[in-house]
Amino acid sequence: MTIQKRTIGLLIYFVLLMLPIYWMLNMSLQTNADILSAFSIYPKDITFGNYLKIFTDKSWYSGYINSIIYVSINTLISLTVALPAAYAFSRYHFVGDSQIFFWLLTNRMAPAAVFLLPFFQLYSTFGLIDTHIAVALAHCLFNVPLAVWILEGFMSGVPREIDETAYVDGYSFPRFFITLFLPLIRSGVGVTAFFCFMFSWVELLFARTLTTTAAKPIAATMTRTVSAGGLDWGLLAAAGILTIVPGALVIWFVRNHMAKGFALGRV
Amino acid sequence: MEKWEDNKAWFLVLPVFVIVAFSAIIPLMTVVNYSVQDIFGPGQRVFVGTEWFREVLADKRLHDALWRQFLFSGMVLLIEIPLGVMIALMMPKKGWGVSASLVTIALPLLIPWNVIGTIWIIFTRPDIGLLGAAINTLGIAFDHTASPTDAWITLMLMEVWHWTPLVALLAYAGLRAIPEAYFQAARIDGASAWATFKYIQLPKMRGVLTIAVLLRFMDSFLIYAEPFVLTGGGPGNTTTFLSIYLVKIAVGQFDLGPAAAFSLIYFLIVLLFSWLFYQALQNVGKGEAS
Repeated sequence: MTIQKRTIGLLIYFVLLMLPIYWMLNMSLQTNADILSAFSIYPKDITFGNYLKIFTDKSWYSGYINSIIYVSINTLISLTVALPAAYAFSRYHFVGDSQIFFWLLTNRMAPAAVFLLPFFQLYSTFGLIDTHIAVALAHCLFNVPLAVWILEGFMSGVPREIDETAYVDGYSFPRFFITLFLPLIRSGVGVTAFFCFMFSWVELLFARTLTTTAAKPIAATMTRTVSAGGLDWGLLAAAGILTIVPGALVIWFVRNHMAKGFALGRV
Repeated sequence: MEKWEDNKAWFLVLPVFVIVAFSAIIPLMTVVNYSVQDIFGPGQRVFVGTEWFREVLADKRLHDALWRQFLFSGMVLLIEIPLGVMIALMMPKKGWGVSASLVTIALPLLIPWNVIGTIWIIFTRPDIGLLGAAINTLGIAFDHTASPTDAWITLMLMEVWHWTPLVALLAYAGLRAIPEAYFQAARIDGASAWATFKYIQLPKMRGVLTIAVLLRFMDSFLIYAEPFVLTGGGPGNTTTFLSIYLVKIAVGQFDLGPAAAFSLIYFLIVLLFSWLFYQALQNVGKGEAS
């Protein structure tokens, strides 16, 4: 009985959640004139023209490629540096540990608008403007702290006896960390990877400030349809639907790590 | 649990420190530098001390925006955290439903923020939007461009739709990390669902919920793109949040000095409240969790 109630509640939530996305899909399959002329609950004349334009126009599809490149670099860097740091924070006391831990998070707290100018100057000084690595590095400012915080939470959930036993058994730190410890916190790694990907994927201000053409992200390409003589809703909706796809694939790949959870008996 | 005392752990933290400090420190110093000067153009600047800070702190419109911001973030936390936890509890634990739920729930998070606003503009339009048309069919006049109440309702709906999945995903991952042995023990003791939630699941979720509360507080307090696109701060100034007002000063009037002072005050407010939340959640956990 309770299980059924749960399922029904969840289904209602999912329907509500999908409504705006369905509406975007609905618009993406119509021409702009059709969207604006009349209300219709489903597309009457289905057209794939909007999608076709995105897949054939280089200024459109290169936006997706650029975004995927810098987001992947960012996720990789974030996880690589955050994993050992999170372990240090969850297991050790060292000079300035709690201060550094909180300082990391403060980097997500500054309002971006005024920081963009000095950011641009800093990255110009290093000759990084309009490169993928610049955006990936800039996004580390908010993703690395997040990754450290999430991973630290999961690592602290693992009893320290596991570390002690492994060290007594003669495991070196890297071998223990990779073969024993990482599998234990795989759900945390899955969530972290997804969040790094997601926050980097949807961020617009830094990505737009640090790029001009060669590394221009898709979200910036999409603002173009807003400015050019009225709004092409159909094209924008199609681009919006396509921005969901890569992230949905990422969560599809990490879903097992998130779902498996933590089995204490495995060690 | 006592942590091991070892300063060599700094070597594990060093890469993180270097990579974050690279982007963090110089821009922050530059903004501090702006905030104490009057800048007329390249090479023409006068040191003005705390003048901008005093000017900004006395700004009536900033006070209004600040209260609006607190109201907004408070509502966001009160709605999204319980709702997210509830959804996480309802999600299936095994089978094909897990994958389906995880992918579905993540969809709103993956849309760029400016696009979210644009989609909701048309979604809530009474003539060609699904939500707007549905509300009109019910016989309720609804127009977020004219009525401040409607604008707030629309913004909150959009915000809850957009960000509750983040809380739910974190809470779900936290729930899955609880060893099965705890639930077995609870079952043997004949604990009710509520007792299991209160004494096992909630304390064990403290870590992920701390992150969820901090993230939602920070991001909702700094919210810009979605309300800017959807309402543009209006009708009137009723949805002009702090960052929208900040951009008006920084870009609209191009007053770099006051805008920098504003940014720093803004930053300190977020910092202060995040720290208070952090401390509070740490202590709550110590009282309840064993």
